[in-house]
Parts: sequence; C-alpha cells; structure tokens
Amino acid sequence: MSIYIVKRMVLAFLLLIIISLITFAFINLSPLNPAVVVLQAQGIPDTTEELIRQTEQQFGLDRPFFVRYLDWGMACLQLDFGHSYVTNQPVWSTLGPAFVNTFKLTLVSSIAIMIVSVVLGVICALQVGKKVDKTVRGIAFILTAMPSYWLAALMIWYFSVKLDWLPTSGMDSYRSYILPVLIITISYAGIYFRNVRSSMLSNMNKDYVLYGRASGLKESVVMMHILRNSLQVAISIFCMAIPIILGSTVVIENVFAWPGLGSLSIRAILSRDFPVIQAYVLILAISFVIFNAISDMINAAMNPRLRNGL
Amino acid sequence: MNIWSNLRHDRIGMLSLVTVIAVIVIGICAPIIAPHDPLTVNMSLRYNGSTWSYWLGNDQLGRCILSRLIYGIRPSILLVLWILLISIGIGTALGFIAGYFKSKVDAWIMRICDIMLSFPGYVMTLAIVGILGVGLENIVIAFILTKWAWFARVIRTSVMQYTELDYIRFAKASGISNWHIIRRHVVPVTFADLTVIASSSIGSMILQISGFSFLGLGIQAPHAEWGMMLNEAREVMFTRPEMMLAPGIAIIIMVSAFNFLADALQVALDPRLHQSASTYTSSKKWQVRI
Repeated sequence: MSIYIVKRMVLAFLLLIIISLITFAFINLSPLNPAVVVLQAQGIPDTTEELIRQTEQQFGLDRPFFVRYLDWGMACLQLDFGHSYVTNQPVWSTLGPAFVNTFKLTLVSSIAIMIVSVVLGVICALQVGKKVDKTVRGIAFILTAMPSYWLAALMIWYFSVKLDWLPTSGMDSYRSYILPVLIITISYAGIYFRNVRSSMLSNMNKDYVLYGRASGLKESVVMMHILRNSLQVAISIFCMAIPIILGSTVVIENVFAWPGLGSLSIRAILSRDFPVIQAYVLILAISFVIFNAISDMINAAMNPRLRNGL
Repeated sequence: MNIWSNLRHDRIGMLSLVTVIAVIVIGICAPIIAPHDPLTVNMSLRYNGSTWSYWLGNDQLGRCILSRLIYGIRPSILLVLWILLISIGIGTALGFIAGYFKSKVDAWIMRICDIMLSFPGYVMTLAIVGILGVGLENIVIAFILTKWAWFARVIRTSVMQYTELDYIRFAKASGISNWHIIRRHVVPVTFADLTVIASSSIGSMILQISGFSFLGLGIQAPHAEWGMMLNEAREVMFTRPEMMLAPGIAIIIMVSAFNFLADALQVALDPRLHQSASTYTSSKKWQVRI
C-alpha cells in the first residue's frame, strides 16, 4: 500500500508541474498581446507603441518565456497570482474567498449526493424490478436529461418568487444553500445511485450471501453484510464527486449569483482578465489532481486489487 | 442487419430514433419549415401567447418562438453532432494507433490523454474560451480539444481487448498487412463500442453546449440557440416564467431521446444485456459526465 501511495503521489506531482506549465503557456497562446489587454481593461483607448512597451516592462512581459514561468511558478506557491488587469487588486484577494465559497457548496452537495444515492440505490436494489425501482429510475432518467440551469430557474421562480420561502440568490444563511445543493444533487445523484444499485445487485448474487442464507443467518444480518460491501461504492462516489462538482458549479453559481469561483471566472472571461483566468484554471486543476489522487488512494486502501493498476 | 432487427422491437428506442431523425431533418430544412424569420423583430407582438400564425407565441422582441426553436436546432443539435464526429474521429484514430501498435506510441498518446483528462472538462473549456474569446467557434474548438482524449482512451481499451484475440494474432502471424487487419478485422468489432460511446455522450454534450450559451459564452445574440433562448428568458424570469418552457422542454426531449436511443442501441448491439437484471446500469458504463 505504501508503494502505491508513493507512486500515486509522484504521478500527481508530475501532473501538477505539467499542468502549471500548460496553464502558463495558455495565456501566451492568446492571439492578443497581454499589454494591449491591460491597457484596454484600464480604459485607455489609444494604445501607442510606446505605451505598450512601457506596460510590458511594468508587468515584466518582455522577458523570456521560461524566466517568466519560473518566476510565476515561485510566486504562485506563495499564493501571489499577480494583479487583476481590470481592478489592479491582487488576484488572490478575490479568488481566495471565492474558492472557499465554491468549496463549501461543493462539500455540502457531495455529502447530499452521497446520502441520496445510497438511500435510493439501496431502496431500488431491494425492490429490484418492482414499481418503486422502476419509478425512481424513470424519474432519474428524466431529471438527468434536464438542463440543471433550467431546473434551477424554475425552482427559483416557484420556491423563491411564488412561495417566497427561500432566497433567490446570494449566500447569506444556511437557507441559501438549499436550492443550489438540491439542483446539484438532482443532476448527479441520478447518475451515482445507479452505481450503488448495481453494486448492491452484484453483491446479492455473490457466494457469501448464498452461504449466509444457507447457514440460516437472518435476512437482516445478510443485508447488513451486503450493505457494508456496497458502502465502499458510496465512499468512492463521495471522493469522485468533489473534484467533478468543484469544476462544474459554474452554471449553478451563475444562476444563483453564488459568490464563488464560477461567477468570478465568467466575469473574468467576459472582461478578458487573464491573470484571474489563469489563477482560476490553475487552482481548479490543482484541486482536481489532488482530490483525484486522494480518492484513488482511498479506493486502493479499500480495494487492494486496484493497487496493481498503477 | 442484426442490430436493426433487434432495435425494431424496442418501442421506446424506435420512438427516440424517429424523434432524432425528424428533428435533424427539420433542422437541416429550417428555412423551408420555419413559419417566420427567426430574427424578425416585431415589437407590437411582444410576449404574445399562442396564436394561429405564431404557434408558440412571441418572445421579448416579438420574434416567433417556434421559428427560433427550429433554427436553434442547428447550433444546439446539428453542431453537437459535428463536434462529436470530429472528436470521435481524432479519438478513434489515436485510440487505434495506441491500442493496435502499443509500445512507445501507446505510452505517449496515453500520457497526453492523462494530462488532458486531468483538467476538469468545464475548466478546460472555460480556459480556452477565456484565451480565445467568447463565441460559438471557440466553444466548438474547446469541446473538440477536451473530448478527444476521452474517446481515444475508451477506443484504445476496446481495440486492445480485440487485438489480444486469437484470430487477430493469427492474421498478424500469417503476414497480413496491419492496415488490412485493422480495416477488415478490428474496425467492425470495435464499431459497436464506438456507437455506444458516441450515442451516450451526445446527451451530456447537448446539455453542456446549451449551458455555455446560457452563460453568454457561446453563440451571440441575435442568433437563436436553445441555451441562448433560455438566457434571454432568464432576464424576464420573474414576470414571464412561461418563456422558459419551450426551449427547456425542447432540450429535455432531445436529451432524453438520445439517451434512450443510446440504451436501445447498446441492448441491440449486445442482446445479452437484455436478460441481465441491471440493464440500466450496465448501459451507462460509457456515460461521459464532467
């Protein structure tokens, strides 16, 4: 197991370096000269050659690529992602709190997804082929075909405007979490509960269940054994869900005006605020790699067969 | 055709197939079928309900909603099919090279895929749009760049599994050219897997593309696209919530149709699935969700 952990960490580390290089190169691939973007973002309409040179020097854009990469990498390790082209504030001062907000939403949603998928998965597996199973799967099928932002808008209209139960947007109290978490849960639990269900079903056909029943164990005891084995799936769902949701809350955050990374990144993209985009991509890619590594390690700890896969 | 006769007995599958084909045809023939010009603004008809000449009513600029829906098929559905075709093309080519020839080429291609897949899809798309600027073409580029790696990996696995089989080994040993083996013996058997991953990823791709248009990063006004129409409807969501209905339902119908079709195709291609208790779950094994 320790060999696996070391291998997995080395892999994650290599990926992080490559990701940082790509993220840095991204900005340099842009068809626009960053200096021109800075000037335009600051509202200076006429960009003379001289002004561009001056701005390039001010932001250190005239130095060679790898020098800038190393400088940038070192700065990023100290959470210094440069200054926003638009507001001239340090990027981290807006990105940091936004990341925390997005992470809170992600964490609550992942827990909700795990609970809902396990409950539905177990119910459906116990009732396999019966009415409950068919209804739940049918509803899940339709719900996963719905655009999440559409569902979100309808729910805001119904619960927040028509009934006036919940806030329409923002992040003020625990009540602000209800709708966004509900929408994210609906769009992911509909997929993950199938994993729990099929894991339960395949466990039910295993020899140990037959043996347990044959040796006269009570049905409830047998069920506990099946459940325990299927809960592994629940934990891996939880681990998988965090990085995926972290990267895809953009749409939901936008609909609910959640003060998180999603809203921030869209604003940055529309105003072509490169340092913010760069920091956003880097931070999400890093958390993606880290959470994936953690989730692989947890899975390998629970299921030794996976350890040889690396 | 074995697949066809299997599919024909699946009622939901056939219904989905007919829906999909009908919508594609309507989208291609949009100028002939649409009752009005989708861009014609008529302020006197703002927020009109359903009438005989405007079946689905008019939007905030008095444009015909039905015509906008019909023209919206082009970017919302037809474009997704193109993106899918291109990214599957790239993925298949690289997946075949990696899975068939293995060794160093395989290692390199797979490392590149690993790196591509280590970025969450949404973030990658946002990054590319952030660099290249807002617009439908850039969304298309971003989608192709982010999707091919996934297809390459799945197809590689599928190809590898078949090249291990005895009849391929025999063909290799008897000196038949690689190209001939791939064309005659590998492509036909991997075709089933290809169909399944293609059809089951369309649904989520439609949702994603419309999502980006909804955020205002994709197609730009005044062009009609379903996500874009929802974005416009959002502005008047509190006063005219009914404006959200038509495009939303259109998306749901199409995504469900493609998803049902994917399931039906999978069963048709591998009838053994039909007997197993977990048809639903196994059919989702290729589902792409980012």
